Amino acid sequence: MREITTPLDRETILSLHAGEHVLLSGVIYTARDAAHLRMMDCIRQGQELPFQLSGQVIYYAGPSPTPPGAVVGSIGPTTSMRMDAMTPALLERGLAGMIGKGGRSEEVCRCMQENPSVYFVAVGGAAALGAQCVKHLEVIAWDDLGPESVKKLEVEKLPLIVAVDAYGADAFQEGQNAYLRQRGEMKK
Amino acid sequence: MVRELDACQIEETVRELCIRACRELPCDIEQRMKEAAGEEDWDSARSILELLLENARVAREHAVPICQDTGMAVVFCEIGQDVHISGSFEEAVLRGVRRGYTEGYLRKSVVADPLRRKNTGDNTPPVIHLRLVPGDRVRLTVAPKGAGSENMSRMTMLTPAQGMEGVRQFVMETVRLAGANPCPPMILGIGIGGNFERAPEMAKEALLDPLDTWNPDPFYAELEKEWLRQINETGIGPQGLGGRTTCLGLHIHQEATHIACLPVAVNVGCHVTRHATAVL
Ligand code: SF4
Repeated sequence: MREITTPLDRETILSLHAGEHVLLSGVIYTARDAAHLRMMDCIRQGQELPFQLSGQVIYYAGPSPTPPGAVVGSIGPTTSMRMDAMTPALLERGLAGMIGKGGRSEEVCRCMQENPSVYFVAVGGAAALGAQCVKHLEVIAWDDLGPESVKKLEVEKLPLIVAVDAYGADAFQEGQNAYLRQRGEMKK
Repeated sequence: MVRELDACQIEETVRELCIRACRELPCDIEQRMKEAAGEEDWDSARSILELLLENARVAREHAVPICQDTGMAVVFCEIGQDVHISGSFEEAVLRGVRRGYTEGYLRKSVVADPLRRKNTGDNTPPVIHLRLVPGDRVRLTVAPKGAGSENMSRMTMLTPAQGMEGVRQFVMETVRLAGANPCPPMILGIGIGGNFERAPEMAKEALLDPLDTWNPDPFYAELEKEWLRQINETGIGPQGLGGRTTCLGLHIHQEATHIACLPVAVNVGCHVTRHATAVL
């Protein structure tokens, strides 16, 4: 399986295609609903964001608490759709990748073509396995948000699927159509 | 004869059930997922199902949550009318949830207010459903429910004339709108009848039914089988990436309703439709 590392450069982004399975390593940042709202406040007020967006990847995730002796609790993606309205502002400022589950709005997909970037999905609910790929965790902003704080994660070989690529192709539509086509053929 | 039960016992039991539910996938779901992996004719779909089975195994063995979203705790309580509980019952359930989520390293996913949204920090309050039943036992079920699937759930008031076909269409539309969001393969609880508040309650209760059973009324059992078949022909598949296995199981609960009403609720559950039960 193809391995990629963060930060994502333009060449890597343009070489990824919907439906492709990859293993991602490097630093990524968690941010979900509440952290996105605060990032939007920062942007409106001209303040700095908790991390530089350029080339970076956001994981829509709120892990469960870290038990003693572990690096992280269980961790998996949350539904990306809820971040759709706030995503273009981040893509326009250099965000290169997102990890979540489920589909994205047309607006996000269009913005991803204008600002070449990739939307990956991790398998939703496979969070006990997900934890095994996290080597380091540090809360870098908004600790008061608890599970929704911004965390800097170091991941190793996190299994992901390219769901929407920088060309607007969508693995959900393509995957479902491919399956239905095949089944149609099998029935004949 | 009235049986005495100390509220502390309720607290301890709820604590234990919260932790167990979040770590151990119910056997019937695991079994159904194994069968689905065997029946799946699309390679990438089968590999996702195998990964989910592996995840459930790791969670059980390492005593960690199956999914990071350990949900809002929904507690179903059936209280025998011959039991007397000393101490506050509701407080005991609340303390049990607080301790379960804190001591079990489960995620705190509850905000105190829907608009001001401050996290309560201990996953309380739970949603409590109470029923008074004959006998002197207390039966407690904790069913933590994640938001990815809960958010895809829907309710509607159809007209009697829309009938069975109207209900079917509403169910299929709900599945289509849910798509990849509720971490398919999903499990559906469908409530038909009652009134505006009863239909969703029945839908939630239907999510607790074992996947290897059907509705005791053959008329509704047929509907369950037929709708399940249709949902698994949509091609949505595991994680919405295509495949046969879109829905692992579907149960209908039905109830008497008004001559002018046909309430329908669909509670969408994910492959981690957790619940654990104890009888005191
Ligand atoms: S929908 Fe279910 S499996 Fe998916 S993240 Fe939520 S609780 Fe976990």
